[in-house]
Amino acid sequence: MKTYKELFAQLKRPALIPFFVIGDPDYETSLEIVKRAIDAGADILELGIPFSDPIADGPTIQKADVRALAGGMTVSKALDFIRQIKQYKDIPIGLLLYYNLVYQKGIKEFFKDFYRAGVNSILIADLSIDDADEIAPAAREAGLDTVFMVTPNADEQRIKQIASQTSGFIYAVSLLGVTGVREGLSDTIEGFIKKLKKLTATPVCVGFGISKPEHAAAVARAGADGVIIGSKIVRIIEDNLNNKKKMLSELAAFITECKKAIEKAR
Amino acid sequence: MKQDGRFGEFGGFYVPEVLIPALEELEEAFLRFTADAGFNGELQNLLKNYAGRPTPLYFAKRLSELAGFKIYLKREDLLHGGAHKMNNTLGQGLLAKYMGKKKLIAETGAGQHGLATAMVGALFGMETKIFMGETDIERQSVNVHKMKLCGAEVIGVEGGTGTLKDAINDALRYWTANVSDTFYLFGSAAGPHPYPVIVKHFQSCIGTEARQQCIEQTGRLPDMVAACVGGGSNAIGIFSAFLKDKDVQIVGVEAGGSAKDRLAAGHHAATLAAGKVGILHGSKTYLLQNDDGQIAETESISAGLDYPGVGPEHSFLKDTGRVKYVPAFDEDALDAFELLTKTEGILPALESSHAIAYVMSLKGKLSPATSVIVNLSGRGDKDVGIVEKYRPVK
Ligand SMILES: Cc1ncc(COP(=O)(O)O)c(C=O)c1O
Repeated sequence: MKTYKELFAQLKRPALIPFFVIGDPDYETSLEIVKRAIDAGADILELGIPFSDPIADGPTIQKADVRALAGGMTVSKALDFIRQIKQYKDIPIGLLLYYNLVYQKGIKEFFKDFYRAGVNSILIADLSIDDADEIAPAAREAGLDTVFMVTPNADEQRIKQIASQTSGFIYAVSLLGVTGVREGLSDTIEGFIKKLKKLTATPVCVGFGISKPEHAAAVARAGADGVIIGSKIVRIIEDNLNNKKKMLSELAAFITECKKAIEKAR
Repeated sequence: MKQDGRFGEFGGFYVPEVLIPALEELEEAFLRFTADAGFNGELQNLLKNYAGRPTPLYFAKRLSELAGFKIYLKREDLLHGGAHKMNNTLGQGLLAKYMGKKKLIAETGAGQHGLATAMVGALFGMETKIFMGETDIERQSVNVHKMKLCGAEVIGVEGGTGTLKDAINDALRYWTANVSDTFYLFGSAAGPHPYPVIVKHFQSCIGTEARQQCIEQTGRLPDMVAACVGGGSNAIGIFSAFLKDKDVQIVGVEAGGSAKDRLAAGHHAATLAAGKVGILHGSKTYLLQNDDGQIAETESISAGLDYPGVGPEHSFLKDTGRVKYVPAFDEDALDAFELLTKTEGILPALESSHAIAYVMSLKGKLSPATSVIVNLSGRGDKDVGIVEKYRPVK
């Protein structure tokens, strides 16, 4: 199984990391979507298991969660999904979800099963480093990297603490807010990335609000090791629910464009 | 964070990273100002002269005759705003003022917390936004109008079932994007630390008064204290004074939904009776959920109790056995509403009616010397339309 370390060492440029809600809008379509994204040039996948109450997400991803749950997505189907993706290609996968889903299955069992299915890292949106003890030993034992988010309102001490709990990559949130498509990039993002790069040797991947190839390029130029694109991609799915062919081709085109923008940026 | 915010294994602060600095700032301010004589003096003055504390402990003679034991009502329905919520909104509102915040946001279910926040927003001259589910906006329209009259903006929330849980989701999301200048005035003893501690602190005046009033009026402690439990703020407010009194039985009453559904999943809000431990809205606590951990839908005639979670201290008190939690059905709450109105001329909120319903279910089971305090958490004016729908007046 390919690790983040191997991947980041191989790439001479920032990684492109699209985000998908597993099972959006239904299992089979979701599988096609993710495979298409891999073909179009995704370097890492960030996959979310849908949750009924996603408090860190804006309307676009909320609706994707609703679609996926209505389509019958469950934790055990998410395991199957990841296995199928890994059969298609050995691409690193970061899992992003809410704590209650991990807690109900049992933290140890959850981590063991998802690692075996092919997940590299776990990021729990509503669990901060203050409670890292609850998950870190089990994650290590299972073989999973623990990814935590760092936000622009964190002071230097907090950034260092977060970095010390994080393995794989650190998830830098570009702005104060929830996920969502946005017109412009936050104007503090460049300084934030530079500050993080100074404070930690762990790769820094940047997400939230990155909605255009220009945004991806700007983040890459600022020194990010990875660019995470979520809501914009989910929006392409939402906008084309009645036309799967167009959905897939628009998605592939967008990912290709972002990839080119990143490659040119450095 | 200075404290871990735990009640046994329950509680904590399971929130996205971006909210941690805001919760730390809040905890720090809470600890500092509640130890400050100026702050406490100003709050006491407002509670007395603006809100009308102390509220009476009323011996409901005719209701007691019907029940066969003595029933005392702690009259939070007489507090300004019409419910216990004002205790907390004055406390947190003043905290916001001392912290230099100029904007308030709050979630609301029944609209009582939203109204109490809107009133405090007007009082302190703060811009106020209230998040409220679309279902609740419709069924508690009187309160929506009052909030707007106070100058608050009411933001309708469409997600989920359009109830309290969904309002909290959107208030948290809004706060995430506006943490730097906005104070989130949380309405119940739930949510992430330090809210359960803060809300309990500001609501504990209910219990402190009731305990003293009971001793003054009856010469002894009550045999039982009962309160309805939504998120659990009015309940923890009155329970807190009696937890150490081992001979006082304490009962929390949750929303059982319609009796015909018999606590079937999705058709009630009896979290402690039927839930499993999990994590929602920043807190480890009992929750109504499916096997995967997806939060269940809930149903109750009372918007204020229609919530799939519960404050973490109640989870702790359930597990230690100190407090007994029982459901009351919609129909029983309606009966209690009618009964209290007819026998005492007091219109209880449908939330509080659940507590009355439980106590009336003990009719004939307790000795005449037994005394029971019920926390009458709010008045029922807001619910007259709902009662009319289910029980038209002939
Ligand atoms: C009158 C009244 N009682 C009780 C509640 C339930 O809240 P809590 O359990 O926090 O007291 C509400 C909530 O809206 C209310 O309006």
